[in-house]
Amino acid sequence: MTPLLEVTDLRKHFPLHGGVLGRVTGQVHAVDGVSFAIARGETLSLVGESGCGKSTVGRAILRLTKPTAGEVRLDGERLDTLPDAQLRRLRRRMQVVFQDPFSSLSPRMKVREILAEPIRNFGLARGAALEARLAALLDQVRLPRDALDRFPHEFSGGQRQRIGIARALAPEPDLIVCDEAVSALDVSVKAQIVNLLAELQDALGLALLFISHDLAIVEHLTHRVAVMYLGKLVEVADRRSLFAAPFHPYTRALLSAVPVPDPTAKRERIILSGDVPSPIHPPPGCRFHTRCPFVFDRCRTEEPAMRQVAPGHQAACHLPMGM
Amino acid sequence: MSATIAPAPLAEILPPVIRRGRVRTFLRRHPTAALGGALIAAMVCIAVFAPWLGTVDPTAIDPIHRLADPSTRHWFGSDMLGRDIYSRTLYGARISLLVGFSVAFFASAAGTLVGVTAGFVRLADSILMRIMDGLMSIPPILLAIALMALTRASVQNVIFAISVAQFPAISRLVRGIVLSLREQPFVEAAIASGTRLPRLIWRHILPNTMAALLVQATFTCASAMITEAILSFIGAGTPPIIPSWGNIMAEGRALWEIKPYIVFFPAAFLSVTVLAVNLLGDGLRDALDPRLAKRL
Repeated sequence: MTPLLEVTDLRKHFPLHGGVLGRVTGQVHAVDGVSFAIARGETLSLVGESGCGKSTVGRAILRLTKPTAGEVRLDGERLDTLPDAQLRRLRRRMQVVFQDPFSSLSPRMKVREILAEPIRNFGLARGAALEARLAALLDQVRLPRDALDRFPHEFSGGQRQRIGIARALAPEPDLIVCDEAVSALDVSVKAQIVNLLAELQDALGLALLFISHDLAIVEHLTHRVAVMYLGKLVEVADRRSLFAAPFHPYTRALLSAVPVPDPTAKRERIILSGDVPSPIHPPPGCRFHTRCPFVFDRCRTEEPAMRQVAPGHQAACHLPMGM
Repeated sequence: MSATIAPAPLAEILPPVIRRGRVRTFLRRHPTAALGGALIAAMVCIAVFAPWLGTVDPTAIDPIHRLADPSTRHWFGSDMLGRDIYSRTLYGARISLLVGFSVAFFASAAGTLVGVTAGFVRLADSILMRIMDGLMSIPPILLAIALMALTRASVQNVIFAISVAQFPAISRLVRGIVLSLREQPFVEAAIASGTRLPRLIWRHILPNTMAALLVQATFTCASAMITEAILSFIGAGTPPIIPSWGNIMAEGRALWEIKPYIVFFPAAFLSVTVLAVNLLGDGLRDALDPRLAKRL
């Protein structure tokens, strides 16, 4: 069976302009060859530190930015080369929830207009059917129905994020890209929104691409995890496998940085030294070799390929198994 | 994984929407804007009701009573042809306001069109903005004089010339706002949910440029009124037969040392009107500033 979303060797390079004539003087390798697939009804979490390109992956899939190279397929149909007019038809099937609940809702539109817009755009309902659909959407995200005639600024951050989720649900998509969708919220509200997303996914059979840097939330919500470092995936695995037995040194360092709510718990912390290298001049070989505690000669020259390290568990690292 | 979540208690958090008293609140918070608005309203009344405000025909010549000092017969005195300065000044408000408001409207419309086009079409951006740079490199008054030199003197041509001189600045402003709005998540979300470009511009971009545009339009209006007066004063603007403030001042210029009131009254009206428009613009800028919006 074809996966719902299939991303193959996706690349996005941003040209750097410099000099008097604004010539291209370099490329920011924001995303540099990322491949993964998401099945129907599955949650894939894309994690990594800020600036590693994870948001750019989401935006490239949604064609909010045009990929430099690579393929994006939705149900086997290529999106990245479609002309805009034909892409619009497929946009119904993939929606987005952004991080900032304040700037992601148009300040001068009422909730009714915000939610009705995608439905009208795709000609899905009108008149009484539209009203019924709007009421159902509010019920789904647990907002009172009188919210329809209010403006976004009358709501709290968590409520706005519910509106954002309702807008994403409005055209009945198959896939929702959640770009740091809960990162800007308070802890208690965060939990509510994460539970809401999980519940909606169960009820509607949605696939989620959950872009986040918060591993605690990811562990709670996801089926599979993809770890990204400097524009490349370093590890893709089932949730259980990844959190129980991370293979890649970077993933291990990330996991060791997750706070544990037990002050007496003793565990090994892996502290990475140095900074993330510049994505303008990514290091040769393995991109992580400049900070890897287990680095050896091969890492500096040869780029590791993704390989199976356990069932449903892939990593891009030269380290032998069992390390 | 799934847990039951209580509905967010919306009604408890939000007070009912208060509509009544918003005008009063605005006046209290922005007294300068209110003063500016009141003065502009008064000036509009003067312009509209000029024939009923005790004026005589502003072009009627009365050589016997020429260069009369202000009196009950000629409130503001009379000029070298015996025309009543009071009537001429009141009728002059029509020209100033007409030119000010028209230029504000046409320059905003043209500036928005160019700005939005430049903000959305990359190729057009570099071409249009270089043309705007070229227009802006010429001082607006010089550009207006040059344009007037090409055409016949008439109020329409004055409006056209000043609009051409003013709209590049507005187009820059709109382009900047459009470029920053395009990066906003709500605009990207609208694109992702299949909104076509015309609707995107109409529903998501334009409403969010309005605040800045309105403020810029008031300043454009004020500067257009001054430019009109300058053009008239140097004889390159409104035809001398029409009483505009600039024309009256130009006619009084030679007699300025012995009969200063011929220049004084139209100048005072022009100053007050321009001040009023600027006060309103300042007040609107404060009122519409998103950082201060919560207070309103």
